[in-house]
Amino acid sequence: MNAEQKILVIGGGMSGLTAALEAAESGAQVIIAEKAPYLGGRVAQLHRYFPKLCPPTCGLEINFRRIRENPRITFHTLAEVTRISGGAGEFQVTLELKPRYVNDRCTACDACAQACPHERVNDFNYGLDKTKAAYLPFDMAFPQKYVIDASACTGDCGRKCQEACQYEAIDLDMKPQTLDLEVGSIILAGGWELYDAARMDNLGYGQVKNVITNMQMERLAAANGPTVGQILRPGDGKAPKRVAFVQCAGSRDENHLPYCSYICCMASLKQALYLREKDPEAEASVFYIDLRTPGRYELFLNKVKEDENIKLIRGKVAKVTQKAGSQDVVVVAENTATGEKLEETFDMVVLAAGMVPSTKAAPAALPLSYTPDGFIIPELLPQGMFAVGSLKSPLDVTKSVQDGTGAALKSLIALGGRS
Amino acid sequence: MEMEKKFGVYLCKGCGIGEAVKSESMHKAIKKEAKIQHIKEHDILCSPEGLAMIKEDIANEGINSLVIAACSPRVKYDEFDFPGCIVERCNIREQVVWIQPPGGEEIQSMAEDYVRMGAARMKKSDLPEPYQTECDKTILVIGGGMAGLSAALHAANHDYDVVLVEKEQELGGFGAKLHKATPSSYPYTTLQDSPVLAKIKEVTAHPKIRVMTGSTVVKSEGQPGLLDVTVSTNGNEETMSIGAMVLAAGWKPYDAAKLDKLGSGVSPDVITNVQMEEMAKAGKILRPSDGKAPEAVVFIQCAGSRDPEHLPYCSDFCCAASLKQALYVRQQNPNAVAMILYKDIRTPGQTELFYKEAQSDAGVMLTKAEVTGVGLAPGGKLKVSATDTLLGQNIAIEADLVVLATGLVPNTVDDPIINLEYRQGPGLPETEVYNGFADSNFICFPYETRRTGIYAAGAVRQPMGLAMAADDGVGAACKAVQAVEHIAAGMAVHPRAWDETFPDPFMQRCTSCKRCTEECPFGAIEEDEKGTPFFKINRCRRCGTCMGACPERIVFFKDLNVDIIGSTIKGMEVPEVDEDELEEGETPPFRVIGMICENDAMPALDAAALHRLTLNPLIRFIPIRCLGSFNMEWIKIALNAGIDGMILLGCKYGDDYQCHFVKGSELCAYRMTKLSETLDKLGLESDRVQQFEIAISEFDKLPGLLDDFVARVIEIGPNPFKGL
Repeated sequence: MNAEQKILVIGGGMSGLTAALEAAESGAQVIIAEKAPYLGGRVAQLHRYFPKLCPPTCGLEINFRRIRENPRITFHTLAEVTRISGGAGEFQVTLELKPRYVNDRCTACDACAQACPHERVNDFNYGLDKTKAAYLPFDMAFPQKYVIDASACTGDCGRKCQEACQYEAIDLDMKPQTLDLEVGSIILAGGWELYDAARMDNLGYGQVKNVITNMQMERLAAANGPTVGQILRPGDGKAPKRVAFVQCAGSRDENHLPYCSYICCMASLKQALYLREKDPEAEASVFYIDLRTPGRYELFLNKVKEDENIKLIRGKVAKVTQKAGSQDVVVVAENTATGEKLEETFDMVVLAAGMVPSTKAAPAALPLSYTPDGFIIPELLPQGMFAVGSLKSPLDVTKSVQDGTGAALKSLIALGGRS
Repeated sequence: MEMEKKFGVYLCKGCGIGEAVKSESMHKAIKKEAKIQHIKEHDILCSPEGLAMIKEDIANEGINSLVIAACSPRVKYDEFDFPGCIVERCNIREQVVWIQPPGGEEIQSMAEDYVRMGAARMKKSDLPEPYQTECDKTILVIGGGMAGLSAALHAANHDYDVVLVEKEQELGGFGAKLHKATPSSYPYTTLQDSPVLAKIKEVTAHPKIRVMTGSTVVKSEGQPGLLDVTVSTNGNEETMSIGAMVLAAGWKPYDAAKLDKLGSGVSPDVITNVQMEEMAKAGKILRPSDGKAPEAVVFIQCAGSRDPEHLPYCSDFCCAASLKQALYVRQQNPNAVAMILYKDIRTPGQTELFYKEAQSDAGVMLTKAEVTGVGLAPGGKLKVSATDTLLGQNIAIEADLVVLATGLVPNTVDDPIINLEYRQGPGLPETEVYNGFADSNFICFPYETRRTGIYAAGAVRQPMGLAMAADDGVGAACKAVQAVEHIAAGMAVHPRAWDETFPDPFMQRCTSCKRCTEECPFGAIEEDEKGTPFFKINRCRRCGTCMGACPERIVFFKDLNVDIIGSTIKGMEVPEVDEDELEEGETPPFRVIGMICENDAMPALDAAALHRLTLNPLIRFIPIRCLGSFNMEWIKIALNAGIDGMILLGCKYGDDYQCHFVKGSELCAYRMTKLSETLDKLGLESDRVQQFEIAISEFDKLPGLLDDFVARVIEIGPNPFKGL
């Protein structure tokens, strides 16, 4: 292995972090470029993992500590790769670092946010609440550093945040920077986006009140979420007693996502348990085409089945509408086994929206081969370049980690092996 | 060689600390009680100016042992990193100022306690010196199927010597016996040649891989980096030196003979998916009974799988495999019909595209069904009865051939395979909890096992198909090469991959009670002929469970041992009040120690601080690497010091444990059950010392949990040993 050569990992979510850490702990110099202001990616937004119902921040904490303790890893947040040229052993990469407007002197004391008069939609909570324009993305954010959202900061307040900061940490004149890197190999780990649920006219998202996505449900259940962990429907803040989960909201549908998004069955079963844990009287109905709990996830399904208040209904949801004069939601489904039509009223509906590779909307900074759905075709990647996790195919966290670990070794080999 | 320590205490006044804490009184506490005279403060200690001040002291004054009284060690870690120095971070910001209301009465005593405690911990700690032994870096891969081939090839391509042991006479496992493989690459719709054959060629041609077929591992002695592994090849034994292992021993089909309900044994024309594959590979799918090509083939999914009486799990590969075999039937005879009876079709991810493709074949029919029986029908045919189908409530289908989609059983189910000569047993422990799989039970760290340097891959780890197994082998190989490098450098492996400390027992005082050998979650401690324990450091993960278990208190880490934490506890000041001075009904101030897991409870406390929740001011927290390292002696020390109670905050335990050392919090809870008896005997109420499970995300539960505990201690009353 050429000690001069570095590995660039593009994406600091679970698969990217894993690839970076496993490579660094195997001796390589690694740089992580993450476009968000924090590391951790999608899993940081999850309340708990299936099937153990354990919090993702637990494993992230270990990984962040591994980063803290490892001199071979550096990372950039708010970083986007704008250009990649060259080839294995000598990739030239340009990173564009967006201004954070907050420097390393920040102590996360919160004075800037308290002083800031402007608000922004909280993307971390999938729009369920707002933060100030000067904000900490979430309580466990790593690095623990505030950020100012330039699109929400109108600059007309007389720089109140700067005035409030005792640490000279605010720099509203910060400019974008470009960073040119030369690296030996590249791991693409851009992760996934949630399929836009509003694109399914029949499922009511954005039209019918109290229809939310599965990722919003994660945020509603989390203590560090918009409702401090109370599951409350957004329409009127009431705790829903009857919740429907609509599976394959976009997935397995030629008009939307032809593939199966892998995680949604387990995720909805898990979310039904969130609901039941918070409210012993609440009821959940899960409408599905096939229940896909592969491997030992079957045991998780069995555990959920033991709960009499969770109904699993084989049926494709045809329509979701607002109940007239009410905040409630009407679900029409066809039972595929019996052919009969079901119509039921619920307090809230959760759409199990699917997984879209981030490369679908934002392809990599060099020409690559993609499937029609935007997934990277790994066999056709240039030498020295690897893709991990959900960029290739929808998968769960543990398989992303598995894949990231393998990508670490592949990139070490690409640098010329150990000798 | 131990360095001569020169102490310095650095107080930060930023983030509200300066306003809340009286610095004069802090100085007094440090000088008088912690006996450190070199004290400096700064308005913003983490600022370049503050850091320059510290660095100057290190360079000019020779300060090498520092207490940083500022914020949590989880933040500003780069700033307060002083190589070659002992650094103890006192968390005055998150554990005092941010969790108390402005002007809170206890703030001063909290801050002073933490600085005294931090000083005590710093004084007793030493810098680590890595444990290094000679180390062989050869990687042993057990299993020559897809996962093993892939592991061997990648380790070898990374320039490691590899020994690949396969029990069959040929490499390839099930992958080599396939007619075709289900699609695993774009466009995900067409059957592919098995990728195993190309891998076999690469492996056998690789100069760094020694292939041993017809071979099994009969004995593995020693520790990673220094394992003596004996391999038996057709009866001839050879012992070789191995650094780390990949266990990729694969699977066997579930025994179809147990599936009489599904027609096994009714007719030779009821076959398994493995038999079907063999026929297809041989070139012709024929009925075993009469050698005729079948016109109607029925596939019964979940033959054994998803059935509590057989295999409670889903075998993952069978849905796609039956779709593939249905296409075999159709390709052989365009007039033939293949019908698949399923509970759910499970073709996750891109495999869905293959499902759609197969479904579009008019001769492939699928229905959900509960199969109720398979029997003989006139004309040498078979009859499959099913209920609850898309075609009707009760149906009977005639078939020429019935294929049972039998599931997979990991070879670890009844064979340790690695045959370790370890006191705790020859295999990976507790595989029975995971239905025989060598599963890690960690979502974030799927390769973790409880035997250091041994990583499972492929179908011994989880049910999985060929493509996934190929990827899985690469990851396991990565962990194996990483393990040997860490061992060679004298560093721990996951989850403390940076750690150069290790348990160093003072054996003269060992009474051979064997608690350490029994409790070590990683089987790192052996016994000699006389029953005296000895440590195999390369197997150790540095959780400190041995230290916690040891009643003689003889296990030492450089930065963690019974004395270090005991001294830290004694750093807390217990207010002494003359009983006569107390008003009627008034009680002396209570004090409680909180022992916390540094990966989960500590960040949860930090989060509570970030949310500015008010936490009970009578508790002083001491982070330790795992509750497994909690030694009962600390309770004695605390109670002797007049402390009224002790609360332990650790991870969830049980089947879905969250402890990164697997057993730490559980073992601590077990020790606590013994404690109650002891305390009760002393006339002390066992409720004074309690352990609670707290997840890293449950910061919101902390205020109530801590208040309730303190209220209980107050209800019990002051520690009767106070002031004695």
